[in-house]
Amino acid sequence: MATVNLPRSLVALFVDPPPRQVQIDAATLGDLIGQLDQRWPGMHDRLCDPGPQLREHINVFVDGERERDLAAPLATGAEVHVIPAVAGG
Amino acid sequence: MSQRVQVLVGTRKGAFIVESDAARRTWTTRGPFCDLWPIHHFIRTADGTLVAGGGNAWYGPTVWRSADDGTTWSQSSSGIDYGADGPKIPSVWHIAQSNGKLYAGVEPAGLFRSDDAGQSWTHVAGLREHPSRPQWEPGAGGLILHSIVPHPTDLDRMWIAISAAGTFETTDGGGTWATRNKGVRADFIPGPTPEFGHCVHKLKLNASEPDTLYQQNHCGVYRSDDAGRNWVDLSPGLPSEFGFPLQIHPHDPSTIYVIPHAGPEDGRQMVGGKAEVWRSRDRGASWQALAEGLPQQNAFLTVLREAMAADNLDRPGIYFGSSAGHLFASNDEGDHWQKIAEYLPSIWSVEVAVVDD
Repeated sequence: MATVNLPRSLVALFVDPPPRQVQIDAATLGDLIGQLDQRWPGMHDRLCDPGPQLREHINVFVDGERERDLAAPLATGAEVHVIPAVAGG
Repeated sequence: MSQRVQVLVGTRKGAFIVESDAARRTWTTRGPFCDLWPIHHFIRTADGTLVAGGGNAWYGPTVWRSADDGTTWSQSSSGIDYGADGPKIPSVWHIAQSNGKLYAGVEPAGLFRSDDAGQSWTHVAGLREHPSRPQWEPGAGGLILHSIVPHPTDLDRMWIAISAAGTFETTDGGGTWATRNKGVRADFIPGPTPEFGHCVHKLKLNASEPDTLYQQNHCGVYRSDDAGRNWVDLSPGLPSEFGFPLQIHPHDPSTIYVIPHAGPEDGRQMVGGKAEVWRSRDRGASWQALAEGLPQQNAFLTVLREAMAADNLDRPGIYFGSSAGHLFASNDEGDHWQKIAEYLPSIWSVEVAVVDD
């Protein structure tokens, strides 16, 4: 089970907004985003370009390390932060 | 039954609604909506749904919708992409409604259609299959599809305009497209006038006269009397041929409004720092400056391509917004003006709806 921390500007985009911190059981980062999208339809489009790949100005950190690879595995108990880049605001 | 005039304002940081009764003298402002996203275009559809298109540098392009007059909003960009091998789409630039369907123009230039009120979108791929597409070049605002002009009765016909590729028309529902730029100059391309590559800034028609199209172009103001096949230059008499928006009088397709700006190499703002709207009542043969109530010195405002509109009351109101966040209105066809909002974020679009309460 991973703990995912979501930014205010992302959760605000959904009619039934997710909490800022969500528990997700996912094997990879891509799987995690897919499960978020199932619970909050459209979240995949907000985080990923076609490919899919993470959008340029979306930063994801897994256990403190920046991660861009959607195939990256998530260890049990992983702490994931989704953070909008400083650029882009 | 009372009427409410709703000016829908898209800005660099959110959408706003500026409202009045039908007298259009006293105004109130609501917003910002759309969570402060950059909004390129903001309309009210025939069923009263508010629809706003834009893009956010973090989260990409999307279309916002509100079915309760702005109280609650949802957003979706499902289907607004060119696939894994295509270019990324940073933003939606224009929204139009035709026959119950929504259309979205995006950057880089392409057209999408929604059959479910904006919940999901389908690429109208025929436009980007036009043989000229590899040679389309961006204007200063990007390679953008900014004008969608459906034919009012023939549902298979539509014109679109792209900066800087020009005007295109489809007569088969978007399957194939033809260039419609004959007679329009493209001074920034040396040599003979090309078939495409023109920098249209805004393209419009009046539904009562659908063979008459008008455009404000990088290189002049033009009218076509044959549905875009040939164009004539209407710029003589204007202080500058350069500008961004153009508006047609809702009840008289012979009356049009433009906002001349200093040229592309001279600042692209109100000529001489005097805010003026110019009106022609004879299809562009002659022009009259309208400045009563507008600032006449040190007003170096820019009015962008989507930022002028008209309501459809008996004596129509004309509206425009500036990149410095001013919103101006006339309740008498442009004869007199008042500032109805200021200090908004940079205004990118202005549309108007008359709502029956």
